[in-house]
Parts: sequence; C-alpha cells; structure tokens
Amino acid sequence: MLAFLVSSIRLGMAFLFGSTGETITEKSGHLNLGIPGVMCVGASCGCFAEYLYLSAAGPDANYFLAVFIPIIATMLGGAVMGLIFSFLTVTLRANQNVTGLALTTFGVGVSDYMIAETGAVYSKGSRFFTSSFPFAEDLGWFGELFLSHGILIYLAIIIALVSSFVLTKTRVGLNLRSVGENPATADAAGINVSRYRYAATCIGCAIAGLGGLSFIMDYLNGNWEYCIDAIGWLAIALVIFTVWKPSIAIIGSIIFGALYIASSYITGVSFASKEIFKMLPYVVTIVVLVFTSIRNKRDNQPPQSLGLSYFREER
Amino acid sequence: MAETAAIELKNISKYFGGKAANKNVNLSINTGEILSILGENGSGKTTLMNMIAGIYFPDEGQIFIDGKEVVIRSPRDAFKYKIGMIHQHFKLVDVFSATENIILGIENKEKFDLKAAANRVKEISERYGFDVDPMKKIHEMSVSEKQTVEIIKVLYRGADILILDEPTAVLTPQETQKLFSVLRKMKDDGKSIIIITHKLHEVLSLSDRVAVLRKGEYVGTVRTAEADEAILTEMMVGKKVSLNIERSEPKNCEERLIIKNLNCVDREGVKILNNVSFTAHSGEILGIAGIAGSGQRELLEAIAGLQKVNEGEILYNNPKTGECDNLRDKTPMQIRDLGVRLSFVPEDRLGMGLVGNMDIIDNMMLRSYRKGHSMFLERKGPRDLAEKIIKDLEVVTPDAKTPVRRLSGGNIQKILVGREIAAAPTVLMAAYPVRGLDIGASYTIYNLLNKQKEKGVAVIFVGEDLDVLIELCDRIIVIGSGSITGTVDARTATKEEIGLLMTKSTAHGGEA
Repeated sequence: MLAFLVSSIRLGMAFLFGSTGETITEKSGHLNLGIPGVMCVGASCGCFAEYLYLSAAGPDANYFLAVFIPIIATMLGGAVMGLIFSFLTVTLRANQNVTGLALTTFGVGVSDYMIAETGAVYSKGSRFFTSSFPFAEDLGWFGELFLSHGILIYLAIIIALVSSFVLTKTRVGLNLRSVGENPATADAAGINVSRYRYAATCIGCAIAGLGGLSFIMDYLNGNWEYCIDAIGWLAIALVIFTVWKPSIAIIGSIIFGALYIASSYITGVSFASKEIFKMLPYVVTIVVLVFTSIRNKRDNQPPQSLGLSYFREER
Repeated sequence: MAETAAIELKNISKYFGGKAANKNVNLSINTGEILSILGENGSGKTTLMNMIAGIYFPDEGQIFIDGKEVVIRSPRDAFKYKIGMIHQHFKLVDVFSATENIILGIENKEKFDLKAAANRVKEISERYGFDVDPMKKIHEMSVSEKQTVEIIKVLYRGADILILDEPTAVLTPQETQKLFSVLRKMKDDGKSIIIITHKLHEVLSLSDRVAVLRKGEYVGTVRTAEADEAILTEMMVGKKVSLNIERSEPKNCEERLIIKNLNCVDREGVKILNNVSFTAHSGEILGIAGIAGSGQRELLEAIAGLQKVNEGEILYNNPKTGECDNLRDKTPMQIRDLGVRLSFVPEDRLGMGLVGNMDIIDNMMLRSYRKGHSMFLERKGPRDLAEKIIKDLEVVTPDAKTPVRRLSGGNIQKILVGREIAAAPTVLMAAYPVRGLDIGASYTIYNLLNKQKEKGVAVIFVGEDLDVLIELCDRIIVIGSGSITGTVDARTATKEEIGLLMTKSTAHGGEA
C-alpha cells in the first residue's frame, strides 16, 4: 500500500507540472493542446543536457549541477515551444487548436530524434534526481511517504502553490485572469494582452516541460519510454478535473497517478483490463465536467475567452 | 473660444479597409462641460471616441489636450491624459468582483490590497451618489449596476474627461434620470463629459453643446440652448425628417392570439411569468412596457415555443384555415410555419437570430434553408432578399457578402428585423427592434411595423422608450415582475401612468 502511494505521488507530480503549466497558459486564454509535445521536448532537452554534463564531468559530477543543468535545459526547451505557440497564435493569429496539435506531433518527433542520439538510458543521471533527505528512512512510513522523494517532487508542489497564490492574490494574477476572461476588457484597462499571453504561455510551457523530465528521471528512474505524450494529455485532463485551480491539482494529480497505476497493484487483472484502468482518469474527468456543467457555477468555468485569438481593431 | 479646450481634435481621419469611418473631424470639449455626439448608425461616433480612448489609432490628424499635442497609442496612454471611456458593450470581467474590475490594469507602487481599493470605491460611490456593493460579482449584477461599475472604474483612475457610449440604451427611465443627475454632479466637479446618444430629448435636457457627425464627417456643433429636435435631426440626416408616426385606426380586428393564464419558471425554478393573460388582435399593434427583465423576453419566447410553459394556454386563430391551434403543443418550427414570427433584438444584438461570421446572404438563408428542393444551396432568392433589405432599410455595408459581425450595431439590427418582416408573418413579435438605432432608422422600423399592421398582422411590440410606445401602439400592456400590472389605451395614456404601473407588482395576474 505504501509503495503504491509513493508511486502515485511520483507519477502524479509529472501530471502536476503539466497541469500547472497548462493552467497558467489557459488563464491567459490560450488553449495549448501542444502540452504533450512540450513535455516530450522538455524531457528530451533535460535528458540531453544531463547526458552531456555527465559525459563531460565524468566521476566528479556535482549534485547541484547535475540537477540544475537539466532543469534549466528542460525549462528552456519548454519555453521555446511556448514561444513558437505564442508567435503563431498571437502574432500570426493562427488557430490555437491546430497550432497546439501540430506542436504535439512536432514535439514527439523532435524528442524521439534527440533520444535516439543519446541512447535512451539515463539511470546515472536519474540517481541525482531520486536522491532525497538522508534521514527519511529513519522516520518509518511518514518519512517514506513525505520525505523520501527527489527534488522534482517538491519543486512541483512548490510551483503549484506559488502559481495558485500568484493567480488569486496578486495584481499580476488578476491581470492575467482578465486577459483570459475578456481580452478586450483587459486591453481597455491598459493591460498589454499580447505580452501577458506570450509570458504566460512561455512560463507555462517551461513548467509543463518539467513534467516530462520528472516522468523520465524520477518515476521511470531514467529509462526513456515513448509515452510521455499520454502523460501530457492526462495533464490537460487534470486541468479540467481541477477546475483551473493549481492548488486542487496537487491532490488531483496524486489521484490521477493512483488511478493510472492502480492496475499494476491489483493482482489478477488481465492485460486488457489493465488498459481499462488506465482509462479511469479520463472517465473521472468526464464525470467532473458533467457535474460542473450541471451546477453551472460561474466560478468553476473555463476562462471565457479560452481558445480565442484577440486582435484589437477587429469588431 | 478664449479658454483652451480640455481636449481638441483636428482633422482626425480613420479608415477601415479603404472605407472612411471618420474623415477630417474637428471637435473640442471644454472643462466642466457636457458635449453630446449625435449621429446616425455607422456615422463613426464610436470610432471617433475609441481614438480618444486609445482603442484605435487615427490614420490622420492631431489630438490636443490642454493645448498640447499628444499621441494616444493605447488605453494606457489615455489614462495618462486622464481620459476614461465607458463603452457601450461593457468591458467588465464577469467572474470578477466590482473592485477587482475597477483596479484592473492599474499599476502603482502600492501593495496589492483589495480591501483598501474597496474602501476607495465606497468613497467615490458616496461622493457622487452611486449605489454599488464593491464585493459583488459582475455576473450577479443588473445592467445599471454594471454601468455604475464602469463609471466608477474611470473615476477611480482619476479621469477628468469621461466618454460615455450610449449609456442610456439599456436603462429604464428612472435609471436614466439617476445617471443624468450623477453626470451633472461630475460636471459641477469640473469634469468634461462626452456622451454619445441617439435620443434627442436626452441630448436636449442634458448637454451644453451638441456635435453632429454624418457618414463619418463632422457636420457642426451647436449650443443646446439654440437647438431643437428638428434642427438636430436635419443636421444628422442631412434632410428634413418627419418625426411623427402615422398611426392608423386598427381595422378588421380579429382575435389572433389569446394567451390564457400563462405560467413559466426559469431554470432555477424561479417564477418568471405569473398568470399572464391577454389577447392580441390582427391589425393592431400591442405594446408591452416594463422594466428590463420583467419577463418580456420569456413571454415572447413562450409564444415562439422557445420557453417551456408550465401552465396556461396559447391559442392561435389561424386566418387561413379558421382553426384554433394551441401553440403549447407545437415545436418552434411548426409555430414559425403557422406565421408567428419573433424578431428579438438582444442587448448584444448578435445573440439571437444572426450568425456574426456569416455574410448577409447566408444569414437570410438561415430562415429559408428548408425550402430548397435540390441538393445544393440556392442562393439567388436570399441574395435578392438581402439586397432588397440593404436598399429599403439603407443598411450601410460594402456589399451583401460582408460578414454581419463587421457591420455597426444598428445595421445588424436592420438586417434582423428586415428578414423577419420579409417572411410575411401573421403575428410579428418585435422585441426592442430599435435598440440603439438612430432616429432615421428607428422611424424606418416604426413605419415597417405600421405597414404590417395595416396588412392585418397582429404586431406585438416590446419597447423601452415610453414616448414611442405611446405614439406607435394601439394598446399597451404593462408587465411588472412577471405579472401584468395594467392595460392602457395608448391614445389616452400618459408616460407617468405607465411608469407607475411598471414599478407596481401585483401578487395576482391582471386581465387584458
């Protein structure tokens, strides 16, 4: 049971990065369906950077560099994807759905290429990411559940909490939400809509990219698997599941993680029914959508201008 | 003028796709003055104001503030010069509270503090006599409350020049009076106010001077004291317009539509129509008066089959067959085919009836697509109809293939009303058909309705302007909180009488 929970958390945090990033992006009115691609690119940039650093440093690899170089590389990779998305949708006013889907296909392809170049196993690098507080083992179940994790797990929670605070309690958050709700209003209020959309999308994608890194380096212990895009789609589902609130997403992501791996921990399920279990997060998301739609509370709806481009002089 | 104007425009021009929306406009506003901008639909009033507010950027010309030339590139620049605009379509975020909307976009060094901001909002409200709860969410507010928030928003930013784009279009007479007294207070406070409106009597009662635009060009400015309705209309339209509605006596009246004890509840289970009963006759215009949101919309929708009826009957005497049908059991499509037509002009104009991204011809086809017999679309009929409407109602549009969304509000409306009338109905329900329309266009619509009446159509007219209701209709029923509070003869009734009935709410339904 304990191992199940710990695994759920480790997988869940990959979702959490993705959904926090996507929530920030969506709050600006951008429906970025490119998140799966962003996570792929993020993960492969991170892995690539780790591979380069470790081969350069050899045995003297330093913990901080071995952790932060990939994190920075991942965020940069994600941000570049965000930049492409924003450039296409804000500056060139392309359709967001089409752009996002194109970005997903593109991202999967790019990462496949980068990974093929480096050999697809990063267990050496992964050790840096999974090492945790040395005293965790002495604290029994408490230690294992809360303190045994690698740096990315804590980072995910911190980012989610900070995002939640920024979105609800600061001027920047208020401005950002107004851009997503009603860009014409924000514009009339003197807010630079394009700048906010660019920034939110790039930051969001940088954070989402970390989800890919977390999935490979932490959850899979450095074994590359070609299914990061599935994690990306679930992260988008999680955004809906948590009604656009990163703080709720912390719990939601663990639930998603648990549902996703539940089949492996229940004995006596066939291969086919395992796949049904993996479907559960989506089913839950649909149920949540049904309930929020029935209740129809204005506060739990997606940003009003989600998916719509804004151009000032158009009527 | 000896003093320098608070704001002065010189030779301002703005083009949209080669078409001039404003051409060589000169305008000035003094401190502590209320200036009205008058003009027909599409004459470029809103465009001009948007250039002052930084939404659009002028293609040619100069803007001076306090005698110095300025460049206003964005709304932020406008705030810097203490200009604030209250838009016709409110620029508010629905899920935010009043205070959040008010402080939106303000950048200062102070800590982000909603409570302090809310207190300042209260302060401003008290100073000018507003009544608003700073913590209330916008989507829970009435139209007039939303407008109040908009005004406080610009005052909060310390605006000295306020621009109001058709502020009274959605207000009741009482709310309008309240707004005007607030505006006068601001004027006494030394603020300059520019107000765009179509309603001549408002112009005359409120403003110091009136500037008139016609087809994007500046016609002139007159002092209100020296103007009257006829002069202003002539300036606006460029020719003399008769401001009388020719009302004929109803002829060949038959009972066409009989509503009996109609009861409806909305989705939340709140009763919106309470025992409504009345009869609409053929060859008569029946007016419905009431404060916005008193159930007028639901009543018409119930007749059109778009609103579920919980109790009561809607009986329709079919003139062709002589039979009596109960519309309650019919689908909207069947009701339409019987000749009962609804033309509802919602506050946002595009909400019901037209598809913004489609062109005028395609919007005509929305009503006739079932008539085609071949597999392919037949565009000829709709095109002719579109062109006829453009010609008859003087719709300002490059051509019939322009997406409806690109037209100005009044022109969109003409298309909507024109299409419904073209269907040769036996019952025509028109809700707010002249909402936001200028004088010329309004009278075109009134005449259209009168023609329908003479043809023997039962016209039901839901209107906002009591003066018009009294002039146009034969009978007026007054609705208050979902019940009929009275029926008056439009030929003898006074505005005060109707206004009193509007605010009265009876527990039991009245008979009409």
